[in-house]
Parts: sequence; structure tokens; C-alpha cells
Amino acid sequence: MELKDFIPIVQLCEHYSVEVSFFNELHEEGLISITTLEQTSYLHQDKISDVEKMIRIHQELNINTEGIDAVFNLLQKIDSLQNELNKLHNRLRLYENDY
Amino acid sequence: MTYIDYYKILGINKKASENDIKKAYRKMARKYHPDLNPGDKEAEKKFKEINEANEVLSNPENRKKYDKHGKDWKHADEIEKAQQQQQYHRGRQQRGPGQYSEEDFSDFFGSMFGGGSTGGRGRNVQFRGQDYNAELQLELEDVYRTHKRTLTINGKNIRLTIPAGVKNGQVIKIKGYGGEGVNGGPKGDLHIKFSILNHSKFKRDKDNLYATIDLDLYKALLGGEVVIDTFDGKVKLKVKPETKNLTKAKLKGKGFPIYKKEGQFGDLYITYQIKIPTNLSDKEKELFKELAKLR
Repeated sequence: MELKDFIPIVQLCEHYSVEVSFFNELHEEGLISITTLEQTSYLHQDKISDVEKMIRIHQELNINTEGIDAVFNLLQKIDSLQNELNKLHNRLRLYENDY
Repeated sequence: MTYIDYYKILGINKKASENDIKKAYRKMARKYHPDLNPGDKEAEKKFKEINEANEVLSNPENRKKYDKHGKDWKHADEIEKAQQQQQYHRGRQQRGPGQYSEEDFSDFFGSMFGGGSTGGRGRNVQFRGQDYNAELQLELEDVYRTHKRTLTINGKNIRLTIPAGVKNGQVIKIKGYGGEGVNGGPKGDLHIKFSILNHSKFKRDKDNLYATIDLDLYKALLGGEVVIDTFDGKVKLKVKPETKNLTKAKLKGKGFPIYKKEGQFGDLYITYQIKIPTNLSDKEKELFKELAKLR
């Protein structure tokens, strides 16, 4: 494990003005994975963009962590449907514009 | 600037209480929040509008000014000051509101909005920059090989490596190439959607390519060779004697490159369309008749 890829949770709390308990709740909900090393909790930097989205949804829409979990599941579903739609569009092009 | 009815935007009437405004804002924000409507420009615009409406109506002082001065509410203090001065200098012609510069939503909201934001947070809070979305049109032939391309996004040149095998409609994210963060916040990301045009003779399905080629009758009957132009050069293909019309041949590994799997390719499928000779000469007709008699 490369520590340089991890950001201390306390630093994130300060940066985004959120409580540590919010990160703990996200962790309990299985939305993020917190790594503890020598009594310091860290989050992998690859999850930052997701966490920012979770914070926005929480702060701006007043949605709790259970709600965020539901929202993320639905967004993933939309994403996979969108990909499926793209694939089908591309397959459809096989039968269109016959040369 | 046309009058923007903030009440209408939030779907409330002028007598709405602070609680009604808050409830209406939350309801609409949940519907149009950019994080819940990824890539939806209309939702993003609507979200900006409802945020602006909320910024104005949820602040009692601003709401009062807006109710009194409408679109010029931001200049309410100046207007009132001017009116007081006019009253002082009696006899002068009364001047009404409405002679101030025009501003739109983004102008008002620009200092706070960053990739989907606000909701009454302090101005010194850091915001991540806005994510930019761009569409890049490429020909199928262009994405056969990994290549570099320079794009100009918001006046900045970005040198981008486009991996071979990228698909139509695929979106790639380039971290940190979006809008500037607010108050030292991180930059947003750049999302590039690929639109792959196909003017080639091949049709693409996932990583496989399909093409139909004409095969002359004699080669179909007696066998021979055909040369096919592919994205990777010419390929010679043996044709078996007595090949039937619409027979398919598979050329393994001659299809499209597989995205991010260097050296791996899909297959190329060739369908033979047998071309019947036309404008036969008398001699040809005679020989065909001979052949017919033999069957």
C-alpha cells in the first residue's frame, strides 16, 4: 500500500467542512472504504470524485447516507443502461445506411 | 434583460412563506441537481435558475427588494437613493427604475456555481471546478490506431492520446481539465464523448468488422483469389471453387483493435456477393447454353 495515494480523513473533513461521522456513515453504508494506519483513517484518492458527489448530494439536497446509497445505485443503473443503449445504437448502425 | 419570475421558477406564489420557499427549492433541486442528471444540459440550466431564485427569495431582504423593484432588485439601494435625491430636488422629472445594466443567471451565480453547487453555503468554502463536456467527431479510420490530437477547450490547448478502438458514444474523463475551482478548490474534469463517423466500406459491431464484396461469377465457380483493402493494408483471400452467393469468410484478427488491449483485434467478416455478368455477347450466350445443356 502506497501511503501517498491516500488522504487523511481529517484533512478531507476540514477541506469540505463535513464531520468525521459523515465519512464513518458512508463507510458503514459500504459507499467508501476507510483504511486505518497507525490510528489515522485514510481514504484512497481515487474515491475523491465520488466522495465530492456524495457531499454535494448530502449538503445541497439534504439526503442522508441511506439515500445517497440509493442514488448511487440508481446512477450506476442509468450508466449501465446508457452504455447498453450506446451499444445497441452502434449495432443498429450495422443495418442502417446500406452502401 | 427580460423579467425573471423567481416565484414561477420555484412554482410558488408571491405569498409563499419562507418554509414554502425552502420546500419548493429542495423539491426542485432534487429533481434537477447536476449530479442526479449527468450530462443533461437542460437540467444544469434549470438548476442554476432555481438556485438563483432561491438565493433571492430565501433572503428576506433580497426578496423584499425583488418584490418592489423586479429585475432591478440588485440596484434597489441605488434606485431608492436616486429617488430620495429626486424628491429633494423638487420639480425635476421623476425617473423610474429599469436603466441599469443587464445580467443573466450565470453572471449572478458565477461566483458560487462550480460543478453543481450552493444551497446557502458560505462564500469562503472551496468548490470543485465545473466539469466540462465536449464532443469529438472522428472517422472510424482515425480510431484504428492510437494517435495524439490537440484539442482547444476554452482557449486552452490539450494534447490528448486517443486510444485505438475507442467506441462511438464512449466517454473518457480527463482529470483536472475542467473549470477552475473556487476559493482554491480543485479543478473539474473534462469529459470527452466520441462520435465516430463511418464513411468506410466496413461496418463495425464491437470489435468486429463486416464488409460485403462483389465476386465475379467465374471466380465463384472456379475459385481464385481476391484482394481486400483493410485499414491495415491489403489482404489476399483465397476463394474456394463453387462458392455460393452470400458465403461468409472470417479473417481472424483482421477486425478492429480492442480498446486498451494492445495487439488484440476483433475479426473481419467478408460476405461474397456474386456478380452475374450482363450484356452477354452472342458467343457468351452460346457457351452458357452449352453449359446449361450439360446440367
